[in-house]
Amino acid sequence: MLTKKIVLLAALLAPGAALAASTAHLDDAGTDIHNSASLQRGARNFVEYCLGCHSAQYVRWNRIAADLGIAEDELEKHLMPAGAKPFDTLVSAMPAAQAKEWFGNAPPDLSLIARSRGNDYLYTFLRTFYADPARPTGVNNLVLPNTAMPHVLAGLQGVKAPKIELVTHNGKTEGHIAGLVEGTPGQLSEAEYDEFVRDTVNFLDYMGEPIKAKRQKMGVWVVLFLLVFWLLTYFLKKEYWKDVR
Amino acid sequence: MANAPSKAAEGGRTKGLMGWIDDRFPLTQMWNEQWGKYYAPKNLNNWYYFGSLSLFVLVIQIVTGIFLTMNYKPAAAEAFGSVEYIMRDVEWGWLIRYLHSTGASAFFLVVYLHMFRAMLYGSYRKPRELLWIFGMVIYLVLMGEAFFGYLLPWGNMSYWGAQVIVSLFGTLPVIGSGLVEWIRGDFYISDITLNRFFALHVIALPLVLVFLVVAHLLALHEVGSNNPDGIEVKKNKGPDGHPVDSIPSHPYYSVKDLMGLAFFLILFLGVVFFAPAMGGLFLEPPNFEPANPMQTPAHIAPVWYFTPFYAMLRAVPAFMGTQVWGVLVMGGAIVLLFFLPWLDRSPVKSIRYRGPIYKVALALFVVDFIVLGYCGLKPAVEPFKTLSVIGTIYYFAFFLLMPWYTRIDSYKPEPQRVTYHAH
Repeated sequence: MLTKKIVLLAALLAPGAALAASTAHLDDAGTDIHNSASLQRGARNFVEYCLGCHSAQYVRWNRIAADLGIAEDELEKHLMPAGAKPFDTLVSAMPAAQAKEWFGNAPPDLSLIARSRGNDYLYTFLRTFYADPARPTGVNNLVLPNTAMPHVLAGLQGVKAPKIELVTHNGKTEGHIAGLVEGTPGQLSEAEYDEFVRDTVNFLDYMGEPIKAKRQKMGVWVVLFLLVFWLLTYFLKKEYWKDVR
Repeated sequence: MANAPSKAAEGGRTKGLMGWIDDRFPLTQMWNEQWGKYYAPKNLNNWYYFGSLSLFVLVIQIVTGIFLTMNYKPAAAEAFGSVEYIMRDVEWGWLIRYLHSTGASAFFLVVYLHMFRAMLYGSYRKPRELLWIFGMVIYLVLMGEAFFGYLLPWGNMSYWGAQVIVSLFGTLPVIGSGLVEWIRGDFYISDITLNRFFALHVIALPLVLVFLVVAHLLALHEVGSNNPDGIEVKKNKGPDGHPVDSIPSHPYYSVKDLMGLAFFLILFLGVVFFAPAMGGLFLEPPNFEPANPMQTPAHIAPVWYFTPFYAMLRAVPAFMGTQVWGVLVMGGAIVLLFFLPWLDRSPVKSIRYRGPIYKVALALFVVDFIVLGYCGLKPAVEPFKTLSVIGTIYYFAFFLLMPWYTRIDSYKPEPQRVTYHAH
């Protein structure tokens, strides 16, 4: 028992060996949490393309409407699924157990995905799917190799093809993906698709912390008040300490 | 009691509400002894803000902690969700939580600066040894408090961080594995562990902490504050019986500490409102995923305030089939601090009058502590492995060789009166 625990400890004390994280270069997402038009488009994209499989179990419909400036009747008409109540959270219709069977992995809840992975990661991930006939979904990903997620946005982006470069290392020549090139075209141009993903990631960022935009606006006033308060305490101290010789 | 004279008969103050209380409870006397008429040296500089700031952060942690417990659920199935409930559905819950999470980091920051001040001016030297030891026990309890609290959000880093730290006790010979089971209350980190860590975090350790802080302050006000010149102001008393170089804490240090507090709040609330995660340093990204016993985070590291010691733990290789040496080195690094008052043999206390050896040694110690902290955040690869080993050796050399290098070091004569320029 003791030896087993020491082995476990040794494994834990040697991080880096645990999970090989992808080292793919991440592009700057360029999102803006204060841009409500972008957030509204992102909400629409999320409902249309993500909610089919992914839930956001900590996010409520009416909170989104209030924060993003969407009228509640518009929310019910355009975003909420039939039967949902405004105070319900965003729950996917897909049953988790079957999802695991279909994809080998239950689609993760997306409430906090932007906080655990970061905007740049999500922005790059959603833009770097490429055709890979070896995968059951027919696609692979540069950021998350062998992802279980199919390319649900293929209709918009099209499917890119990998640009294979031959690299000779220690006398062995191997194929290596140097980047992605145009494959099957989609409905959107590259710039339009980037904008689509940026809006979606912006919304994911909002869902990670719904108070974020307000918090930053409030913070300006808090700090301004404190600067004035500090100045007052500075003069108060100066006045009292005049007596100290 | 007829023959027990009232304070009024002794000419005491009996007028008004305060008089009524003072006849029954020494409120005015306590205030005067502990603050109002507590005379402190007039030359205390900017390094002297961190004591009152530590106290302030303790109050923040207790008050925000009380409000967090009103909505937090200490159960494995609910803990993670209840934190998100606080962040999203509880009115101002996000602010309370960020104040608490930022407060944890701020607490260590001000305590480290407070301890460093003691090292600059020899505040731990006679007659303040016990004051220093109380402070060290506070630091130790604070580490426990932070560790137990870190499990509560039940994120994946919470889970695996606790797993690593608790496993450290498993390296102890004979009792190790039984001890680990006893701490967890289970065969792995589970609902039971979370529930007991909650109990320790919200009542046991805070109670001890508050008691120790009271003892720390009583000891301070008994011996009196040190000062940047490291000389005893009590040697020079005026006709009123108070040291001539001292001033009453109220109003002088009341207004000065208020100014320090205002400045601190600008930085503290600046972080709370603009960077509560501090780029992953205060709130780590993997902790936004619920605890998952089946999957370790890509890289496990403790929160920044523990990383200097974590780096030392990793710097020591296993030999004789056990990892216990690293654990002992890490523990020793903290134990050594307790002995600081007796390791330092310099004839002077303050850095102002010390010789070049100590000045260089202390400056390198600061660099060393920061480098160790940085290495502890990074994976155990080169160059961090080698840096950690060098850092650990220097850390121990700084303390263990102190009795010699502080004695042979040159020094300047201390002044008779404190250095103070009126503004």
